[in-house]
Amino acid sequence: MFGTHKTKLLFLLMAVLLTFIGFIQSWNVSLAILNLCLISAIMTLGVNIQWGYAGIVNFGMMGFAALGGVAAVLVAMPPVTKGWEAGGLGIMGGLLAAAITIILGIQAWTRLAGQSRRRYWITALIVVVGYTASRLLIDPAVSAIESIESAKAGYLGGLGLPILLSWVVGGLLAAAAAYVIGKISLGLRSDYLAIATLGISEILIYVMKNEDWLTRGVKNVNGIPRPVPYEIDLQESMWFVQLASDLGIASDELSSIVVKLCYAGLFVIVLAGLFWLSETALRSPWGRMMRAIRDNETAARAMGKDVTARHLQVFVIGSAVIGIAGAMLTTLDGQFTPASYQPLRFTFLIWIMVIVGGSGNNMGSVLGGFIIWFFWIESEPLGLWLISAITATMDDASPLKMHLLESAAHMRLMTMGVVMLLVLRFAPQGLIPEQKR
Amino acid sequence: MITDVLNALVLIANFVIVPGLAYGSQLALGALGVTLVYSVLRFSNFAHGEMMSFGAMITVLMTWWLQTQNISLGGLPTALLALPFGVLGAIALCLFVDRTVFSYYRRTRAAGVTYLIVSVGVMFAIGGLIRFIIGPKDRVFADGERFILKARAFKKMTGLSEGLSIKTSQGVTVIAAIIIVALLFWFLNRTKTGKSMRAYSDNEDLALLSGINPERVVMIVWIITGALAAIAGSLYGLDKSYKPFTYLQILLPIFASAIVGGVGSPVGAIAGGFVIAFSELFVTFAYKKVLGYLLPEAFAPSGLMQILSTDYKIAVSFVILVIVLLIRPTGIFSGKTL
Amino acid sequence: MGAKNNCKKDRHEVQYLIGENMTGGYGGANILHNCTIGVDKGEIAVVVGPNGAGKSTAMKAVFGMLYLSEGQVRIDGEDITHLKPQERVMKGMGFVPQNNNVFPSLTVEENLEMGAFIRTSDISDTMAQIFDLFPVLKEKRRQPAGELSGGQRQQVAVGRALMTQPKVLMLDEPTAGVSPIVMDELFDRIIEVARTGIAVLMVEQNAKQALNIADKGFVLVQGSNRFTDTGQALLADQEVRKAFLGG
Repeated sequence: MFGTHKTKLLFLLMAVLLTFIGFIQSWNVSLAILNLCLISAIMTLGVNIQWGYAGIVNFGMMGFAALGGVAAVLVAMPPVTKGWEAGGLGIMGGLLAAAITIILGIQAWTRLAGQSRRRYWITALIVVVGYTASRLLIDPAVSAIESIESAKAGYLGGLGLPILLSWVVGGLLAAAAAYVIGKISLGLRSDYLAIATLGISEILIYVMKNEDWLTRGVKNVNGIPRPVPYEIDLQESMWFVQLASDLGIASDELSSIVVKLCYAGLFVIVLAGLFWLSETALRSPWGRMMRAIRDNETAARAMGKDVTARHLQVFVIGSAVIGIAGAMLTTLDGQFTPASYQPLRFTFLIWIMVIVGGSGNNMGSVLGGFIIWFFWIESEPLGLWLISAITATMDDASPLKMHLLESAAHMRLMTMGVVMLLVLRFAPQGLIPEQKR
Repeated sequence: MITDVLNALVLIANFVIVPGLAYGSQLALGALGVTLVYSVLRFSNFAHGEMMSFGAMITVLMTWWLQTQNISLGGLPTALLALPFGVLGAIALCLFVDRTVFSYYRRTRAAGVTYLIVSVGVMFAIGGLIRFIIGPKDRVFADGERFILKARAFKKMTGLSEGLSIKTSQGVTVIAAIIIVALLFWFLNRTKTGKSMRAYSDNEDLALLSGINPERVVMIVWIITGALAAIAGSLYGLDKSYKPFTYLQILLPIFASAIVGGVGSPVGAIAGGFVIAFSELFVTFAYKKVLGYLLPEAFAPSGLMQILSTDYKIAVSFVILVIVLLIRPTGIFSGKTL
Repeated sequence: MGAKNNCKKDRHEVQYLIGENMTGGYGGANILHNCTIGVDKGEIAVVVGPNGAGKSTAMKAVFGMLYLSEGQVRIDGEDITHLKPQERVMKGMGFVPQNNNVFPSLTVEENLEMGAFIRTSDISDTMAQIFDLFPVLKEKRRQPAGELSGGQRQQVAVGRALMTQPKVLMLDEPTAGVSPIVMDELFDRIIEVARTGIAVLMVEQNAKQALNIADKGFVLVQGSNRFTDTGQALLADQEVRKAFLGG
């Protein structure tokens, strides 16, 4: 599974780098990076399933990751009973009305397929009436819910179930969304699919930022339950204090390290599991068929393969993986911050990981996730160090030097772009190319 | 009764029509750049937002320098003097990027998807460069008279209770857009070079057969696109303020405008720009006051009467884009498509 | 003109445009085997044959869109075998492809203008001549070419090629997919073009009608010449009729 020498070497390099950071900066920092590397690797895996297996360009990762995060909130946060009492019925009614509207609308659209003018008018009518009805039901409920303890709650809360369950639910939620999105937009050509998925994910994020009754919007949801111990609890237990003094490390620092290690352990298990599943799928007849379709779609269609259905499968599965990663990320953060879902950080950065790591190759994706995330985080201190070295001889007060030092942080955007372009031009297969079977 | 109607109209003019004309012009200019690149080079240029940002950045830097030299344009923004430099800068950037990045993929006849991903890389690189040069913060560089028409003056002139104000930047935007579009259409429809570009976009093989030089066409496209990007970007920054981050955000409304209008069609890009701009404004406008004027007392609404809340403004363009892609991907003016 | 023998060595020296003993293909196997087609000024030469005979390929070879491992192409005695298509246009060749032969979103007039792209001289006289030759084009000069009917579009395509005032006009299946009436009209126009002194070399699927107007006919089978003679002679020949013209 670890493949060629090159792969082993690159992973060794990663381990060395992380250890290096552990010594130079701190183990906390190193482990924090490791955890995010693991999550990024999983997201890259998900994207690679869509791009590498089937050639689908998905620019909507941001939305799917956010759905995973929402799942963490909806599953694990305790319910706000007062909120439910105040507006639960209204919300339910409104959502039901919306669902009916959508179903009726789709029915009208498909059944009146031949009569275009009538079709437009009737569907529009259904949409307008349905929308107004839902708004009438939802709006008062929303203001009622949001006014309940708006500083602490102001929303409906979740189901109060174990947090690890939310990782699965996150995947399912993302899969469901992907099914709907895929059904309507996978027929588009790749340029348009990319733009459409980007647009849809932006819409999803907008909804999450604004529908406070569901997600507290920009007020964020804090205090999400976690599957590992709290640092405070560790620091207060006797055996831990003993351990800390034995190792000669400060108790609070050690507690932080232990917590991160616990997370890392969980993440590695998930990553390994997903990786194994992906590899098995790739080598299976299903995987071969997917790649055959990707390489020559027209021929595949001519042979009677249901290309659209296959694409949908891949889209759903890949998005589910991203959703799982999104839930994991929110768990790690301990809070759900809709505003943090930026296209640059999620969508485009992960694409760089896929490209650099090696499209079509699962190990490559994992590696790409590690390497690019590492350099994304480390390029700020690295850039700073570099600029300091270059400007060491310059007068401290010179505006140029100050400007350069300030801008060092932004070097990473430029370096990432240049790295991506170089890889695309000179090593388009990525660091670990797809193995021809 | 008449005054009520007039007041309602002024409200709509002030909060929807005037801003819509300005914003629509900016989107139209941006969409023109995207659609030209698409129709001749056949890919969606995700780096266009950053190209706009780059042109605007050069304009901002030049404006600052001019301001320190106490050169100004009277009531008009000094930025107008700096704009030609922004245009030159953006053109140089576009030609450079084409030479170093895109031309390789033309030579190797890469697939459309490859260009897309490559343009994302270019987007990163240029975005980083811009932030490196000017930093990520908000920069205001407008000066000169802020308003062509002030609300108070309007109310005095007409005696209405609602005022109409027109900012200088809005006026400049619309006039500049009209001039640029007129020039562009003259170029495309009345000059041999312009026609050869349209011919190349229409039927590449036949164009080559006719002796049209492809590299020359490509160069001209990038020159025009760079100019459009710089102007659109600078006008947008003049109207609001210059902040590098916003140019990533505006990429989607620009793509939406190009696609809704019909990708590959210049007329479509312009129409699309205004459709998107006005939709955003109409859908999130608070009709409370307008209805208050038009309806009798008893029916006056209590809520804001917005179709969608203001927070959803940009989401509107995405929704329109997605709907168009699903229902009529060729857009209003039936550009090139799937 | 017409002795019925196939040995025409001295005739080849006289021909204005000739692709002689051409052997070549698109990179893999050879499609043409020692094939020769040519045409003289003011003449109409037609290349016919069954499907897959290599007719279009032979024409493309003469125009320079194919790699020739053997053979030569000469125009007015000059060897142009190694020139690119655009360069051959400069030498006086005009080519009307079978498909995608107009600029659909450009007007008829703009299509003609683009046809004359490489010319630096005034093109209004030439355009007037084309309008005389194809009056319907004058009528629809401001309409986008894509909106015209199939037959009218073919006229635009031919007009476009004629804008460089070529000495030779090559047409690849000009009547493909048009109705019989339109085909007759197109052939009438082609005869008029030849009458102005232009050499017309034409590949055609509608062999019978094409040979009817042909001064010279080349029947190709599997990439090589089978019969070469005047149009009338080929039409009268029993063997040719049985094999290719349905008796």
